Amino acid sequence: MTDQIPVTMTVNGKQVRRFVDPRLLLIHFLREDLSLTGAHIGCETSHCGACTVDLDGMSVKSCTMFAAQADGAAITTIEGMANADGTLSVLQESFRQMHGLQCGYCTPGMIMRASVLLRENPDPSDDEVRAGISGNLCRCTGYQNIVKAVRHAAATINGRPHQEAAE
Amino acid sequence: MNEMAPTREQREARLEGMGCKRKRVEDVRFTQGKGNYVDDLKLPNMLHGDFVRSQYGHARIKRIDTTAARALPGVIAVLTADDLKPLGLHWMPTLAGDVQAVLADGKVHFQNQEIAFVVAENRYITDDAIQLVEVEYEELPVLVDPFKAMDADAPELRPDLAGKTVGAHGPRKHHNHIFEWTVGDKSATDEAFARADVTIKEMISYHRVHPSPLETCQSVASFDKIKGELTVYGTFQAPHVIRTVASLLSKIPEHKIHVVAPDIGGGFGNKVGAYSGYICAIVATIVTGQPVKWVEDRIENLSTTSFARDYHMTTEIAATKDGKVTGLRVHVLADHGAFDACADPSKWPAGFFNIVTGSYDFPVAHLAVDGVYTNKAPGGVAYRCSFRVTEAAYCIERAMDILAQKLNLDPAELRLRNFVRREQFPYQSALGWEYDSGDYDTAMRKAMAAVDYAGLRAEQARKREAFRRGETREIMGIGVSFFTEIVGAGPSKNCDILGVAMFDSAEIRIHPTGSIIARMGSKSQGQGHETTWAQIIATELGIPADDIMIEEGNTDTAPYGLGTYGSRSTPVTGAAIAMAARKIKAKAQMIAAHLLEVSEYDLEWDIDGFRVKGNPERSKTMKEIAWTAYNRPPPGLEPGLEAVNYYDPPNMTYPFGAYICVMDIDVDTGVAKTRRFYALDDCGTRINPMIIEGQVHGGLTEAFAIAMGQEIHYDELGNVHGASFMDFFLPTAVETPVWETDFTVTPSPHHPIGAKGVGESPNVGGVPAFSNAVNDAFSFLGATHIQMPHDAWRLWQAAQNLGA
Repeated sequence: MTDQIPVTMTVNGKQVRRFVDPRLLLIHFLREDLSLTGAHIGCETSHCGACTVDLDGMSVKSCTMFAAQADGAAITTIEGMANADGTLSVLQESFRQMHGLQCGYCTPGMIMRASVLLRENPDPSDDEVRAGISGNLCRCTGYQNIVKAVRHAAATINGRPHQEAAE
Repeated sequence: MNEMAPTREQREARLEGMGCKRKRVEDVRFTQGKGNYVDDLKLPNMLHGDFVRSQYGHARIKRIDTTAARALPGVIAVLTADDLKPLGLHWMPTLAGDVQAVLADGKVHFQNQEIAFVVAENRYITDDAIQLVEVEYEELPVLVDPFKAMDADAPELRPDLAGKTVGAHGPRKHHNHIFEWTVGDKSATDEAFARADVTIKEMISYHRVHPSPLETCQSVASFDKIKGELTVYGTFQAPHVIRTVASLLSKIPEHKIHVVAPDIGGGFGNKVGAYSGYICAIVATIVTGQPVKWVEDRIENLSTTSFARDYHMTTEIAATKDGKVTGLRVHVLADHGAFDACADPSKWPAGFFNIVTGSYDFPVAHLAVDGVYTNKAPGGVAYRCSFRVTEAAYCIERAMDILAQKLNLDPAELRLRNFVRREQFPYQSALGWEYDSGDYDTAMRKAMAAVDYAGLRAEQARKREAFRRGETREIMGIGVSFFTEIVGAGPSKNCDILGVAMFDSAEIRIHPTGSIIARMGSKSQGQGHETTWAQIIATELGIPADDIMIEEGNTDTAPYGLGTYGSRSTPVTGAAIAMAARKIKAKAQMIAAHLLEVSEYDLEWDIDGFRVKGNPERSKTMKEIAWTAYNRPPPGLEPGLEAVNYYDPPNMTYPFGAYICVMDIDVDTGVAKTRRFYALDDCGTRINPMIIEGQVHGGLTEAFAIAMGQEIHYDELGNVHGASFMDFFLPTAVETPVWETDFTVTPSPHHPIGAKGVGESPNVGGVPAFSNAVNDAFSFLGATHIQMPHDAWRLWQAAQNLGA
């Protein structure tokens, strides 16, 4: 067996130290070693984005990266997105209010991607949201209500009422 | 007490019952990554299994050497067909009455067919060991073209069926023939064609696609040797059926099998059938005594567990010169792949394809379907579709446009002239169905008004002139589709799966404090049952939806049901819920009468309880009644307040809709842009409009993908193409059009709450709307029918061929 590699990272604000196989994918490390099963696997070819996590402020498809490559990184997964008091964050609540999810399988990746998108562009247009989440596939919603959810979150964060209801 | 009594509106609003846009209960866990999907399960000592798969489309297996794989540290077992033989599990029955090799038995019939099942300590070692299994093949001639399947010299694909001249659905005409299914009056139809002013004939293909939910098929099987009990967690749209089939196959008594379908990441028909992975995981846990997980990867999903469509429909319509249809004749060549694993009710080899007369009043029709084997993956699942209804809707909607073109009539006008009229319901179709209710004319006219149909046609005429003058290279298409679905399988006299009748069920239990747990035989895969089922109960029983917990998917606790597919949950389970609630309500009324010291007949229902007729001040809420039911029931009445209902529907339901798609196509690039898509759905009574419209958005997006690019294609060597997300078109948010939704409401007369089901309508109606838009765009250049999928490359070719 190949020697294991020590890794240290901050995951959802907590420091984590483990030994990992060099070939262990980050998604398996998160899901199996850390039992953070919110990020999902949908394709293994980096097309679907269900495994998207936040790594040092960037959206990363964790099925296409080795755990060892994340040594030293700060990672946020969907499990780290709720408010400190356990209530849903604005973005999570917006997905619920706007019916931006159905089976829930793409949702953690979508929310993680959308959170970075809103940091980069705090008030995106419909087209900018669509382009911004185009690395994440959804088979249930047809995206329309996801776009609404992200814009609803942007409006809420910017202190503006968002009139448009979920269809 | 100075508290203001709540108004009726407040009492009603508090229930969050039927008709309101209740936010989803499921979302609280899903938005936090706390869903519980199969691959999230981690049992102690769990092993991982996966398959060695065939490189070839058709080959004899000369030798399988598992020595090196077994020697790899961490490998626990490698199963081949020879290991399954003593258990009688190397072949399994399919839902369609055929058999399918669980692991290849001496030969492979399609690329990526399962050959051996490797079980190891983790998924990495499993993958290593798979590479170490040596398989020696002798290639055989490959058959991929269904039109050549019944040639005299076609290779024999299924020697296991040699000499079998009668299959599950009657005589077989050829060694690659599965069944012939005919419906309708042939001689009357022939006569209609002989007398017709006008006829059209076109071979309309609906290509092979795949449901591809974002979560693949997966399971965890765990056998307890001491208790002799098997637990199987899996992505099962029909968990009870899986339990029954597992018991019949494994000989483990059914009460010792616990099947659990946790959260499911989309189904769309992919997760109805039984697959080799489920069987092998079960065998492996029995053999090893450890839990075994099997998780498909995406390539395995797209290339092995089920496909959809692959119907080649030669369609003829007879009509008068003023555009009244007089006869329909359809012959279907159905490519079922290597095994007939079509997921239809067992007596229906082509599903409900005989809904192919659609929304039109055909006096006579005749349908024949020939199913054939090819060297492709088995299946034929109802991809967001009620058993071949999607194929039927595409067939008739495309054909009506072709007829309109021949008659030089507007396609919407042709439809209006031929609709089944409102006063004809219940309507007996020429191919044997009784449509329950509809108002097609109103729906079509509403759709046309909403998009300014006449204005669009005028614009199209102007653009065509501009194109002819060379001023633009863009052509405009207007796609009209008016579909009638048949959903809610089904009356058990018509529909069963391997003998299991297709009813469904609900059990409702009111607790003493007036909250509720309710369980159903259905299984949500994203449809939001936890939200909507509670809304039905809230309205029926006057208990707030927030006080109602819905549980599905655990076969130990849920009443037996046939599961969720074919838009059957609302028509069947939804009815069972209402009927179970009404049983409870009848008992509640007796208790209320006792408490109010009046006759039951002096009471009337009022939102959340019973009140005395003419004296509304005297009333008892359901909550008060619940406490009494347990603690002070009337003398002679048994305590408790619960009911179960098994609902065998008297008929199917027939949702319908009018869709209009406006598209612009650049003839030099073949790029098609959907400018506008309007979808009007009539699904009867609407339980949660927000969820309905979400379903419509999703179904339309799938329809867009199918019509405009998605395809599972096989080359002449039997290599499967399109089996990864690199090649298989799933639209992103950028390509996906914006959807406009609308509705009319025509309740089902035979359903307790009048609901019809909606999940599949947008896929059924959406595909013809897109394809008709494409064909409509090219029609003025001389095109009659351009086959799907309409990707840019093919549209560019079409433009080239038409000299555009």
